[in-house]
Amino acid sequence: MQFEKKRGKAQPAISTASLPDIIFMLLFFFMVVTVLRDTEEKVSYITPSASELTKLERKSLVNTILIGRPKDKYQKTYGSKPRIQLGDKFSDVTDIPLFLEEHRETVPEKQQGLIMTSLKVDGDVTMGIISDVKTALRKAGQLKVNYSAKVKERK
Amino acid sequence: MARSRNRLNNEINAGSMADIAFLLLIFFLVTTTIAEDKGVLVLLPPWSNEPPETKNLKTRNVYSVLVNADNQLLVRGQPMGIDQLKDNAKKFIRNPQGQEDMAESPDQALISLKNDRGTKYKTYISVYNELKAAYRELRDEESEKRYGKKFEFLNKDQQRNIIKEIPLVISEAEPSAYGEEN
Repeated sequence: MQFEKKRGKAQPAISTASLPDIIFMLLFFFMVVTVLRDTEEKVSYITPSASELTKLERKSLVNTILIGRPKDKYQKTYGSKPRIQLGDKFSDVTDIPLFLEEHRETVPEKQQGLIMTSLKVDGDVTMGIISDVKTALRKAGQLKVNYSAKVKERK
Repeated sequence: MARSRNRLNNEINAGSMADIAFLLLIFFLVTTTIAEDKGVLVLLPPWSNEPPETKNLKTRNVYSVLVNADNQLLVRGQPMGIDQLKDNAKKFIRNPQGQEDMAESPDQALISLKNDRGTKYKTYISVYNELKAAYRELRDEESEKRYGKKFEFLNKDQQRNIIKEIPLVISEAEPSAYGEEN
C-alpha cells in the first residue's frame, strides 16, 4: 500500500545534475579545437580547387605565405597589384629568407627537416610572382611546398 | 540541527553552472573555424648556381607540357584541353601497346612542365593536379594488379616497390617572360 502511494505522488524529475559536466566536456572540446586566428589577412585570396590533396599535419611546422591582391582598405597605400604577405605585413620576395629563418628558429632542430611552406595563393594571380617566390624558397633550401587548395571531387 | 541547516545554506547552487557553460560553449562554437588545411604537395628541386648537367633524354620519353599566357596547353606539340590531359598522360607513361613515340617504360618517362609568367595560377594548379592524378591512378592500377589493394593501403615496402616502378618525375623549367601583368 505504501509502495503504491509513493508512486502516484509525483513523477520523479530527470536529474540535471550531470548536465553541466556534459556541457563542460563539449566546451573543452571546442576550446581545444579552436585556433584563434593570430594574423590579419591583408590580401584577399580564393584558392583554386584540386583533387590530389595532402593534409597539412602539424601547425607548428608550417609557415604560410599569402599571395593575392591587397584588400580594399589597403589598396590606397599598396596598390592593386598582387602582393606577398609574410606574417602580418606586406613583403617582398627578398624578405622570404629572413621570414623562413625566423620560423625555423622556433622549431626544434630534429624536426627542422619537416618544415613545410604553405602557399595560399589567389587563383587569378599570374605565375610570375609565384615563380619568384619558388626561386626564393629554393635558394633558401625550403623545398617542401604545399599549394593550398580546396577539395574537388575526383572524377 | 542548527549545524546541519548551516551546511545546507553553504552549498553553492550549481543550477546556473549549465547556463554559464552553455554561454561559453556557444562562444567557442561561433568562433571556431575548424581549419582543414589541404593542398597539393610539391617537392621543389634544390637550387644550384651551376647550370644543370644536360642529360641526353630520348624524345620519346619526354612528355612536354607547355602552358602559355592565355592558359592554353600544348602537349608534345599538340594543343590539348585540360580534361584530356590525365588520360593522355596515363597512356603515354604506361604505353600499353609499346608504341614507338611513347615512354619506353614508366620509370623512364619524364614530364616536363613549362609555363609563362603570365599563366594563371589556377590553370597551373589544375595542370599539376591532372598530372599528379595520372600518376596516382597508374600507381593504384599497378598496386591492384600486384597486391589487390589500392596504393595508399599498401605497406611501406610495397609502396616503395611501386614508386620505384612508377616514379613521379615532373621537371619544371624556368618560365618564359610572356604576359606578365603590370
